[in-house]
Amino acid sequence: MPKKKIIAMLLAGGQGSRLGVLTKSMAKPAVPFGGKYRIIDFPLSNCVNSDIDTVGVLTQYEPLALNSYLGSGQPWDLDRMNGGVFVLPPYVSGSEGQWYSGTANAIYQNIQFIDQYDPEYVLILSGDHIYKMDYSKMLKFHEKKQADATIAVLTVPMEEASRFGIMNADEDDRIIDFEEKPKVPKSNKASMGIYIFNWRTLRPYLVSDEADKSSDHDFGKNIIPKLLSDGAGLYAWSFSGYWKDVGTIGSLWEANMDLIGKTPEFKLADKDWRIYSKSNAMPPHYIGADAKVKDCLVSEGCVVYGTVEKSVLFTGAHIGKNALVRDSIVMPNAEIGDGAVIEKAIIGEGAVIGPNAKIGDERLPEDGDYDTKLTGDITLVANTVTVPAEKRIPVGMIVK
Amino acid sequence: MENAFGLIYTGDASMELRELTFSRSVAAVPFGGRYRSIDFMLSNLVNTGIYNVGIIAQRNYHSLMDHLESGKEWDLHRKRDGLFILPPFVTHDNTGVYKGTVDAIRSCMGYIRRSSQRYVVLMGSHTIYNTTFNDMIKQHEESGADITVMYNSEENYDFSEQYDDLRLKFDENGRVTDLAINPKDNETTFCSCDAFVMEKTLLEYLVEDAYAHALYDFTNDVLLRNVKELNIRGYEYKGYVARLNSINSYYKHNMALLDKAVTRDLFSHDHPIYTKVKDEFPASYVGEGRAINSIVADGCVIEGTVENSIIFRGIKVGRGAVVKNSIIMQAAQIGENASLNCVILDKGVIVGSGVTLSGHDLYPVVLRKGTKI
Repeated sequence: MPKKKIIAMLLAGGQGSRLGVLTKSMAKPAVPFGGKYRIIDFPLSNCVNSDIDTVGVLTQYEPLALNSYLGSGQPWDLDRMNGGVFVLPPYVSGSEGQWYSGTANAIYQNIQFIDQYDPEYVLILSGDHIYKMDYSKMLKFHEKKQADATIAVLTVPMEEASRFGIMNADEDDRIIDFEEKPKVPKSNKASMGIYIFNWRTLRPYLVSDEADKSSDHDFGKNIIPKLLSDGAGLYAWSFSGYWKDVGTIGSLWEANMDLIGKTPEFKLADKDWRIYSKSNAMPPHYIGADAKVKDCLVSEGCVVYGTVEKSVLFTGAHIGKNALVRDSIVMPNAEIGDGAVIEKAIIGEGAVIGPNAKIGDERLPEDGDYDTKLTGDITLVANTVTVPAEKRIPVGMIVK
Repeated sequence: MENAFGLIYTGDASMELRELTFSRSVAAVPFGGRYRSIDFMLSNLVNTGIYNVGIIAQRNYHSLMDHLESGKEWDLHRKRDGLFILPPFVTHDNTGVYKGTVDAIRSCMGYIRRSSQRYVVLMGSHTIYNTTFNDMIKQHEESGADITVMYNSEENYDFSEQYDDLRLKFDENGRVTDLAINPKDNETTFCSCDAFVMEKTLLEYLVEDAYAHALYDFTNDVLLRNVKELNIRGYEYKGYVARLNSINSYYKHNMALLDKAVTRDLFSHDHPIYTKVKDEFPASYVGEGRAINSIVADGCVIEGTVENSIIFRGIKVGRGAVVKNSIIMQAAQIGENASLNCVILDKGVIVGSGVTLSGHDLYPVVLRKGTKI
């Protein structure tokens, strides 16, 4: 097989438990985002736009939705003669076999896959971030520094730094110290979980880490600190631009809201950096004679008869007459009945909201005690759930 | 999988689509916000389970080739069969310029002979509807017809609006007794949908026979002349049919998409209409931007008002602009405070700020591809 300069390994195994019912039947990277996309479209499109044509997608939790979504890789131009997109689930070999027990272990279990291409560099990505990044720029930096590993970092507000893995680098961008979620951070350069390794360097570390029974087999916790203590050349590449971890209900909602407006926080309208996705072959959307849409994203296949404000309508969503949808996300093929009111909510794929139902209604004493730890003030209706007509769902509740 | 292949003729030159066909064939005329007219016939074939499709290109076919590419959007990039674009070529007995449909079909006899299927579905490219041919082929086999033609019934059609309409009369057994183009009488409401099923060998024979007699038009010289000899039968299509043969009909059928019943007929979950994917972002309504009774495709940024209109992919409507009763094709830009009424803007037209353009719904203003005002 012809040698590749660089291949990407995309960690898509996470359950994403903080997304609650949204990830009940699909892995986090398969969760719909931004009207017509799924989260994984962003790292995949970044790869293709950065001229990386070989991507291994490591899955283990509820992989069906992801597998069938990726297919041959054609929507991302990743149906290639040499390379392309590969779904890599854990497998049994001889009498051995195990689930991926950590990010480093997942790559370890796929050493054979990587070796096939004999790459100089391996790019490690995670499948739960929304951003546009030119990995080829990061690779240039990596080559210029003659680094063993390069870690993409983002400058975060100092007060939030203790939530991240923090890199302390010298003036040459060489990393001198790494702390995972430090109580007292020494810098505000946060790791984005995006690494470029020299494969020759990384490979033996993966092997020895696997042999270490006390290891968590995690890049951030084990591999990076070990490389640092061995004096390897680790460099921090600063990324500036929009980047959001959409691992929680709140951040998923926010990231969708960031797409709305004339100059949105995150701009999808970018001809030089298109985000590719699988097409649903639906007709353009229809806005009815009495409908009102204001500050919205509306996707193909939507039919709107009611009022929609500051919301993202996903492919094939249907908004009934006199319905009001505000500050909300309506996922693919969800149906909002006539006269229903949806306020600051996420309506799951294919969910049906009955006529005159109220989602995100004021919380009343008779609603009793329910847990809003995952949702905060966002109301969540799970995929394919039916909410009966006239039903009231108070703010922050999860409908399963 | 049906035992049939599809043959689509895209050379119709006689249409009155004026500016819309200056730079493209009828098959490549944009329709319905994100489609080209040929998407419907291609999707009909694929939804039928027909994966061997020949497309006879004649003139201005660059736009068509660009649209079709390898056929992958229709699932037609295949090792066995797939999509075959058949442009004209010059050989010893082929001048490269077809004298008519017979000539065109004859020039791709090589493709027809190589096709392994028993039946052929022969189609034009300006008639738009959503169907599958399975039942029609079944009926064709059971009825023993030589040719089965798909037709629909058009009540209250306007005789002066006919344009190469092929009308049918039947006897009590359902056999076609008369075929006529644009008849002045109003004895029949049945009109051909431009899709014919027959055995491939019969097509070969009819074409060679016509050619040998210096007859070149399939409808006039083969069907009309042989209506007594051939057992021609009809298969009725009951849904909406759009015949794009004039600027007026083009305008009318696009506007008809604002009717829910028409959209339901033309687009269905079970039989999707496939087209080239452009990877545009979802349409964005910004500030005062809004739409009323309109169809809007992906990639649009709407800051003005759009009413009773069909807006294709990648359109920008500036602040304060008002677009009414219009069809705006891909990548057009409408400047701030511009005002459009009953206008068809072809691809990439740029309308400057404050410009006012108004047509009539019976005579819409058409701006050619790339016009700047």
